[in-house]
Amino acid sequence: MRRAHRIVVLLVAVLVLGGVALGATLHAADRAAEKDRVQAGGPEVRSGDVVLGTPGRAVFRNMAWGPHRDELTSVPEADPSGPRTASGVRCLRFHSDAGTGVCLQAVHGALRDGYRAVVLDAHLRELRRYALAGIPSRARVAPGGRVVAWTVFVSGDSYAGGSFSTRTSILDLRSGRLDRSLETYRFFLDGKEHRAADLNVWGVTFADDDHFYATVATGGRTHLVRGDRAAGTLRALHTNVECPSLSPDGTRVAYKKRVAGASSDAPWRLYVLDLRTLRETATAERRNIDDQAVWRDGHTLVYSLPGDYGSDLWTVPADGSGRPRTLMEAALAPAFTPVRRG
Amino acid sequence: MYLADSRTSPASPASAVPADRPGRPGRRYAAVPGTVLVLGTVSLITDVSSEMVTAVLPLYLVAGLGLSPLGFGLLDGVYNGVSALVRLLGGGLADRGAGPKAVAAAGYGLSALCKPLLLAVHTVPLIGAVLAADRTGKGLRTAPRDAMISLACQPAERGRAFGAHRAMDTAGALLGPVAAFLILRVAAGGYDAVFTVSGCVAALGVLVLLLFVPGRSGTPERASDHAARRAPRAPVRALLQRSAVRRLALCAALLGLTTVSDSFLYLTLQRRLDLSESWFPLLPLGTAASFLLLAVPVGILADRFGRRLCFLCGHLALLGAYVLLVTPLGDSSALAGVVLLLHGSFYAATDGVLAAATADAVPEAVRGSGLAVVQTGQAGARFVCSIAFGAAWTAWGDRTALGLAAVGLAVSALASAGLLRPGAPGDADGARGTVR
Repeated sequence: MRRAHRIVVLLVAVLVLGGVALGATLHAADRAAEKDRVQAGGPEVRSGDVVLGTPGRAVFRNMAWGPHRDELTSVPEADPSGPRTASGVRCLRFHSDAGTGVCLQAVHGALRDGYRAVVLDAHLRELRRYALAGIPSRARVAPGGRVVAWTVFVSGDSYAGGSFSTRTSILDLRSGRLDRSLETYRFFLDGKEHRAADLNVWGVTFADDDHFYATVATGGRTHLVRGDRAAGTLRALHTNVECPSLSPDGTRVAYKKRVAGASSDAPWRLYVLDLRTLRETATAERRNIDDQAVWRDGHTLVYSLPGDYGSDLWTVPADGSGRPRTLMEAALAPAFTPVRRG
Repeated sequence: MYLADSRTSPASPASAVPADRPGRPGRRYAAVPGTVLVLGTVSLITDVSSEMVTAVLPLYLVAGLGLSPLGFGLLDGVYNGVSALVRLLGGGLADRGAGPKAVAAAGYGLSALCKPLLLAVHTVPLIGAVLAADRTGKGLRTAPRDAMISLACQPAERGRAFGAHRAMDTAGALLGPVAAFLILRVAAGGYDAVFTVSGCVAALGVLVLLLFVPGRSGTPERASDHAARRAPRAPVRALLQRSAVRRLALCAALLGLTTVSDSFLYLTLQRRLDLSESWFPLLPLGTAASFLLLAVPVGILADRFGRRLCFLCGHLALLGAYVLLVTPLGDSSALAGVVLLLHGSFYAATDGVLAAATADAVPEAVRGSGLAVVQTGQAGARFVCSIAFGAAWTAWGDRTALGLAAVGLAVSALASAGLLRPGAPGDADGARGTVR
């Protein structure tokens, strides 16, 4: 082929490929814009005041399309599918307790997105903020609202995704002390200190200000650990436990269990572990659960499953009875404030 | 674990491509041969494409598909092993019948096909399979491409040619995440658009290769008769019987055994200097930026003062980085800058320079195999180093592990200095000197 011909071929290819690329981008942009328009049949969302710790109201990330997508939103617990009040504060992950909220949010930069953790007071005013090293994954506030924890995915940036890891931090709001990575805590496995470079910690759930449960992964296994902030220790209690969530009375942990025989990309089922007897109970939810469940009260679990708008919230009894039911569509990362605890 | 793979880059502002610098006052640089510029362009385009995907993949898995990416990492070791073997295969095929251009095109083509495939797969095993195929393409194309670069230029200017190629390659790697980010800015959640655009960019790279890289003949050093370049039956064994190749492969492997992987280095950097978490994703950018800026000047120095010397000096820069990390002193952000500069200099002085030095030692007929053998030896050694370093870290902590690596690197560098000294038996040097 002569040089001129080759250049013509190249130009034609640039036009064709450029057209395909442009078309794909415009199509995606159009679809993204559509998410800013309210969908018929979706939940009704209005701007308003959202106050954390209001008895009888749940606060969560609204996933419904429209101008309030991704905002912290509240509904009456008695009418979870009813009208939603949106706060204007956007979060990817959220949790609150006793009027303190932790919101993991994206920061849209000029050339790359960043993420940060923001601690909110009851009126969603920012108290503190911390830059995050990766994609937000889990967030928890301790009962009493004085200590918060979050987990992010840190990517090792290699094409095959080889070095995905988690980083979990705990912040004490009174002293301002931030434990940036729980990997610096001493980890005890079978009573002996275990050190490993491949240690990953995620999914903190608090018992009180100083004690918590979490997942530790090392050597291809996951462990339920009990953590002690003052001593800086993590002690393994049980294996094959991910994303624990402690019941309000502190006796049970709801968690993701990797079950044998399930497909490798959807291996997790929702179980409840009795911390005294270490007996496991399968819930009636038989689908793959990839979430840190929350306890709506002492008997009921709430968790997310993929839905039409990204995520729906489902509920199932913690004792293995009953069956799963939809709690709210287009919602993620809820926090409940039951009336009686008020 | 690969030379060019292991430095990575989540995102960065674009930088200029210092391919050649005509018109600089006082000194005249001969231009880099056209074929090298075309191959550099192909690598640049391809790296834009692949780094676009790399940059959004974690986000896509977590936010787009709702997967937990943790289990995903288990496949990585397997990919790297396969990719190293495929590289030998690519080098061998290029020397046998197929010719480097055809093998490289197959490798680039395979990777290009994988991008649109990402649109169709939504589970971890299938995504893993697509990424494995993509890496296979990368393994296939690397040795033939380096062979083509080495065959396209005069022996005396190979360092500069490889430097120009690596700089263009790195520029692409830095541009890719920016491109991906811009698409996601226009179209929130538009991962499918990122994959489609990435596929189009990759296809363009293949097309540029097919259209503008000369085929079997037409390179200055290359004889036109095909019989002259037919590879022997057992090219690897024959290659290692050559003293110069053996020494080079031995040194590359020896030094590779003490070359701590990038992720470990960044992790150590972050911990030892107590850098803020939000710095972490920026660390690879520092390495890539200094690699980009230094690749051509260091390549020219390598042509002038000797590639083996340059290769050794690169490892001394790495040693300097280790030493700074073992004995942290002073302001942490400034020190981090120095460490990353040294790390980037290490790549600039070793990545393309090793390929140039290998090309000096390997006859044209088995150039692809020769490059593959030396680079695979190095990559394998680095893999072993990663495992050993991880174990040492676990047993004794990061400081001791890095201290051991530094001692090992110093010893390896001394041994290599002996093995690579000019005038050693079997020194087939076209490498040193050639002063203009």
